Amino acid sequence: MVEHRRWNDIVAYAILIFGVFIVAFPVYIAFIASTHDAATVVNGNMPLSPGGHAMENYYRAVFVGASRYSREPVGQMLLNSFITAAGIAIGKIFISILSAYAVVYFRFPFRKTAFWIIFVTLMLPVEVRIYPTYKVIADLHMLDTYAGLILPLIASATGTLLFRQFFMTIPDELLEASRIDGAGPFRFFKDTLLPLSVTTIAALFVIQFIYGWNQYLWPLLVTTQDSMQTIVTGIKKMLTTTDELAEWQLAMATAILAMVPPVAVVVFMQRLFVRGLVETEK
Amino acid sequence: MEKTAVFKNKLLPYLLLVPQLAITFVFFYWPALQAVWQSFLREDAFGLSSDFIGLENYQALFAQPEYYKAMGVTVVFSSLVAALSLTIALLFATQADKNLKAAPVFKMLMIWPYAVAPAVAGVLWLFMFHPTLGTLARPLRLLGFDWNPLLNGNHAMTLVVMAAVWKQISYNFLFFLAGLQSIPRSVLEAGAIDGAGPLRRFWTITFPLLSPTTFFLLVVNVVYVFFDTFGIIDAVTGGGPAGTTTTMVYKVYADGRLGGDLGSSAAQSVVLMVIVIALTAIQFRYVERKVQY
Repeated sequence: MVEHRRWNDIVAYAILIFGVFIVAFPVYIAFIASTHDAATVVNGNMPLSPGGHAMENYYRAVFVGASRYSREPVGQMLLNSFITAAGIAIGKIFISILSAYAVVYFRFPFRKTAFWIIFVTLMLPVEVRIYPTYKVIADLHMLDTYAGLILPLIASATGTLLFRQFFMTIPDELLEASRIDGAGPFRFFKDTLLPLSVTTIAALFVIQFIYGWNQYLWPLLVTTQDSMQTIVTGIKKMLTTTDELAEWQLAMATAILAMVPPVAVVVFMQRLFVRGLVETEK
Repeated sequence: MEKTAVFKNKLLPYLLLVPQLAITFVFFYWPALQAVWQSFLREDAFGLSSDFIGLENYQALFAQPEYYKAMGVTVVFSSLVAALSLTIALLFATQADKNLKAAPVFKMLMIWPYAVAPAVAGVLWLFMFHPTLGTLARPLRLLGFDWNPLLNGNHAMTLVVMAAVWKQISYNFLFFLAGLQSIPRSVLEAGAIDGAGPLRRFWTITFPLLSPTTFFLLVVNVVYVFFDTFGIIDAVTGGGPAGTTTTMVYKVYADGRLGGDLGSSAAQSVVLMVIVIALTAIQFRYVERKVQY
């Protein structure tokens, strides 16, 4: 910065520490709740320090299930979330790297049309066509399947655009050179383009994994059996038990478990995540 | 910019496009067209037959007081969330952009809520402000404030806004920080030499140079509030009490699922599509032209 004064730094640190506090406090409270027994949480006077029931709560949440009415254990939900998120990420990378390759490295009739057909999907999230999409999935007998959870969410152009942008920055000389070596489109893709795209692929994987993990409305509609629900939809169901008190300490343990994988991905892959995010949004 | 060196195969590019186009047609275009078509139909109660009724679903929709209420809720909710999350994020981003040793640490500590699912964020905030067991609801009551988001519409709105803002700060922070870091230091130094203090420099130099980022974020945030906050609303209030937190997207879900009124739900979807397309068009028209990355 231009002038460097001590008070300026102190103000900045104070504001940033306050920011981190706002960001962390709700999660801290949830964590505390997940370490107390039901009675302590429900009486509305929960202490702000951890209790001694953490092991018991997390064990019950993961392996037994919350209450008599929503008995599906979180372990199964975590697995479902993981398969869905990874499926969305891998599926999207697969279809979009191929289509971006076609659009950038080939000249063929209807190339522009194909690009626009894909591009338009950026505008409409699945939420606005939710019931017709549900009907398509039902007609294809894909309710309560991983394919039903995954496929409608990969029908969008974010990945294609990202790969297209990246391919445009690759110098033409590389293609010329591998042509001289006698490489066809397959070898150029496998030996030149794919190795160069590793960072872009990883960035896209991070973003799509989080996007898939955090889906709510679509899994809510397309899964009817509890054994297929994802962890994000499962938490809500723990809280809407009808005739007995919701077990908040288990719901909070579940919330913590639902946060750990995507947050870990962001924290450990921060550089890739930021790069991919800033590039797709442009 | 187009590639000059390309392959000449005739069939291969089509084969490469098939997976994406197939998925796009089956799971995007077909349902989107169905939504439009269904909005002109009336299905009988059992879904066995349907009549073409033209614009009647739309007329019925726009005659419904609840629909205007949902529009109002959406406008209030989106403006509050966008305004608050942008302002707060900009405050934090300007501090993190200062030449601090610990700036990278703060950056990491600020951005992770991006990864928290909206529905989970909603559950966290509901727990903190739950009328009987919330850690923060108790102090409010001790102060004599009758806090109850489950019964009071304004309290419910406050709660969903807080959760949505909390979730969105990290995203805006990231883009503001990127925007701030792309402003050349020399411009700010020139301002300082001319005698402009930090606040003056912010309003006359930084803020105008940041306006493309701000506008981009404004559009993205509005779209976020429209769709991604569905999980927050469903987890925290379920659209209630008495429809005070039912946004337009929540109403599409509620009318189709709970009400079983697919014609009206489809008509609402189409109205939403038009709004989102308009927003996206605005974004492309104004943002793409102004922003030089």
